[in-house]
Amino acid sequence: MFDFAVVTEWVDGLLRSWLPESWAVLAEFFLIGLCLLLAYAVIALVLILAERKVCAYFQCRLGPNRVGPWGLTQSVADMFKMLIKELIQVRHVDNFLFNLAPYIVIISSVLAFGCIPYAKGLEIIDFNVGIFFLLAVSSIGIVGILLAGWSSNNKYSLIGAMRSGAQMISYELSIGLSILTMVVFSGSMQLSTIVESQADGWFLFRGHIPAFIAFIVYLIAGTAETNRGPFDLPEADSELTAGYHTEYSGMHFGFFYLAEFLNMFIVASVAATLFLGGWMPLHIPGWEGFNAAMDWIPSIFWFIGKVAVMIFIIMWFKWTFPRLRIDQLLRLEWKYLLPLNLCNLLLMVIVVVFNLHF
Amino acid sequence: MNLTLFVVVLITAIALVAIALGIARLISPRSFNKQKGEAYECGIPTRGRSWMQFKVGYYLFAILFLMFDVEAVFLFPWAVIVQEVGVMGLVNVIFFIVILALGLAYAWKKGALEWK
Repeated sequence: MFDFAVVTEWVDGLLRSWLPESWAVLAEFFLIGLCLLLAYAVIALVLILAERKVCAYFQCRLGPNRVGPWGLTQSVADMFKMLIKELIQVRHVDNFLFNLAPYIVIISSVLAFGCIPYAKGLEIIDFNVGIFFLLAVSSIGIVGILLAGWSSNNKYSLIGAMRSGAQMISYELSIGLSILTMVVFSGSMQLSTIVESQADGWFLFRGHIPAFIAFIVYLIAGTAETNRGPFDLPEADSELTAGYHTEYSGMHFGFFYLAEFLNMFIVASVAATLFLGGWMPLHIPGWEGFNAAMDWIPSIFWFIGKVAVMIFIIMWFKWTFPRLRIDQLLRLEWKYLLPLNLCNLLLMVIVVVFNLHF
Repeated sequence: MNLTLFVVVLITAIALVAIALGIARLISPRSFNKQKGEAYECGIPTRGRSWMQFKVGYYLFAILFLMFDVEAVFLFPWAVIVQEVGVMGLVNVIFFIVILALGLAYAWKKGALEWK
């Protein structure tokens, strides 16, 4: 399998032979930041196009098809449009918090984006508490959304932000507990270790019933966490204009939009990493020829493929289910998912302690 | 090393927002208009303040969230070593979770989970 460490070590050697030690390290940091931003932007553009195309095909429309072949450069054009729009300065807003909110939202999504293992040897931050760190930084985004709604001095924004806060903190519990279930199973919080321990079978298959329940709960909670699909009542456009980002215009709004799509990517890639083996190819113990054939496919394609499937499922939810009311939303979390999750955690511990898994 | 990378990613994130906003401020048009600065509430002039007391239901859920989130924080270190501590660890954690579940049951019985 292709190891990206070869590329990074080659770049490292090249830089060290050209530049003095400290400058080489600085240049590497700069390169890391540049690659991260490029990946971030490209993934966001691809996801925006994918969202529009998937939505169009679900409704028997064509979707964007004028800008570029098959509408491929539509989202690039949209981004430039957003960049040259005026940043409207609304009176009566709390200026400092109003301008701080996009920073917090973007910081939380970029930090979470930085600790996902993309391929063999391709991971930026690899803490030994990786998944916990990811959970922690991705929940900072809620603060940004609450600030955005509160500082706008607009009643729709306030209602949207409050709903969003209630929804995100509630479903944060389900995400945390289903991740906890998988941590019990894997015995490690380091993302690279979690991926490597799935070499002979993905956790979804090896952990049988509890892992499967955790996967379903994670999917539901992840969809709610990204304010999408049937859970999009924080920005229900038919009742709240645009929810917490009503007062934001131009690039300010663009950041909320970006972060929303990237959060969907992060949720999908955590699902892929924890349950579907991350960049690990599909291995079946005993089938040597099959395993060798699967190893030929580069790890990055495995990761992208799994994430694409997860994202498609999340988009599918949006066009299948009607929007929930807030009381239904909270009831689903607190009366069904949370008790189910606690029982599932205990079930998983019993499975692990008495060695009942595969 | 990881901590340094964390700082690098953090600076990258801040730089992304700052640079993009800087470019937007440089190339975007400006026009001043009294109506433009009004809060956008579907065209009707805003009445009253928006910074006001808000529904207490959200606060109740925040408190409940705190309880279970702290529980998750306590359980994460245990989850890593559960395979070593075995049955004793399982029994201890069952106690912990049962006490928390009692809290949830109390809130449920009191009607804190109903949206009124």
